[in-house]
Amino acid sequence: MADDKSLFSVFKNGIWTENTITVIVLGMCPTLATSNSASGALAMGLAATFVIICSSAMVSMVRNIVPGGVRIAAYVLIMATFVTVADFYLQAFFPEMSKVLGAYVALIVVNCMILARAEIFACKNGIAPSMADALGTGIGFTWVLLVLSFIREILGSGSIFGFVILSENVFNPWVVMILPPGAFITLGLFIGGINYFTKHRGASR
Amino acid sequence: MRLILIFISAAVVNNFVLAYFLGICPFLGVSKRLDTAVNMGFATTFVMTLTAVITWLLNEYVIIKFNLPFLQTVSYIIAIAALVQFVEMFIKKSSPPLYRSLGIYLPLITTNCAVLGLALFASLREYSFIESVFFGVGTGVGFTLALIVMSGIREELDFAEIPKSLQGVPITLLIAGMLALAFMGFAGLLSV
Repeated sequence: MADDKSLFSVFKNGIWTENTITVIVLGMCPTLATSNSASGALAMGLAATFVIICSSAMVSMVRNIVPGGVRIAAYVLIMATFVTVADFYLQAFFPEMSKVLGAYVALIVVNCMILARAEIFACKNGIAPSMADALGTGIGFTWVLLVLSFIREILGSGSIFGFVILSENVFNPWVVMILPPGAFITLGLFIGGINYFTKHRGASR
Repeated sequence: MRLILIFISAAVVNNFVLAYFLGICPFLGVSKRLDTAVNMGFATTFVMTLTAVITWLLNEYVIIKFNLPFLQTVSYIIAIAALVQFVEMFIKKSSPPLYRSLGIYLPLITTNCAVLGLALFASLREYSFIESVFFGVGTGVGFTLALIVMSGIREELDFAEIPKSLQGVPITLLIAGMLALAFMGFAGLLSV
């Protein structure tokens, strides 16, 4: 029973308390690059979640075999393998999505978030907690990505998942929101807002 | 002419940091002081140029020749890690002062997504050898440029009054947004 509870707290940790994007600020590149449409964000979130769960499980399995000196190289190899699997899966079954995400799928391998989870958590814990931690981190990553992409897609092209919500004659889309500057500004204000509500509410004024 | 276009495009118009969001981690992490930003920029440019060379050779003579596309990501990441290690050992031996000034930044370049991104983009666009080299140098220059501009602004920011919740990362991202807006102005330079 106690074990279940700690698994859950590890899982929750990744989603909110130690959310990789908003609190630890890792894995920014895919966050910024793929959050201009909700479908791209969802695909990226799922791909990264898949990679992080598989590689955390694998790292946790081999943690007693791999010598300390080459552990980072070994982790990177494990991650690169799963990233290739995810990349080829997308190319085979969702060629459209694969084209939209382009090189960013392959770039999951240098997403510091995954290496950080392997180094901080998976190499010291058993398979079950590592997978819970990875699942939490992955979901934490995905929801932030989705929220950002909702904001950017509604304001930037007036739609969500490609369905038009605000038609052009009611609302003139802010094109800048789906361009690079919109990504930086949205994420900056988003993290600022989260800081306001978690840390500084009341104290800031 | 095409080479100059590739160089300018990589350096300013499609700046890796501000248009492709690659290398954001060092961009946010090392842009607090101007001198460290300059050192980091040069180290990265150096590694990027070598990466462009090595990965092009790897792609042309191993991956395409033996038809191994599934090994691309894995082999690139190993090549970059090995390269950074060699560069570190070489600089340590040949120029200790330079080694001291680069310090911790060299190993960090391995996890700089801009370096892997550069290799992947170059093979995706099927650049020739010379084009890859120009692309690598241009990307490095663009990265250095963005880093230096950012650190200049952030040094001034120390004296500004910023709302508490926006201090640190959020304000840096907002400034990066403004910079990206400014860099969009370069888009008129060419239409590649």
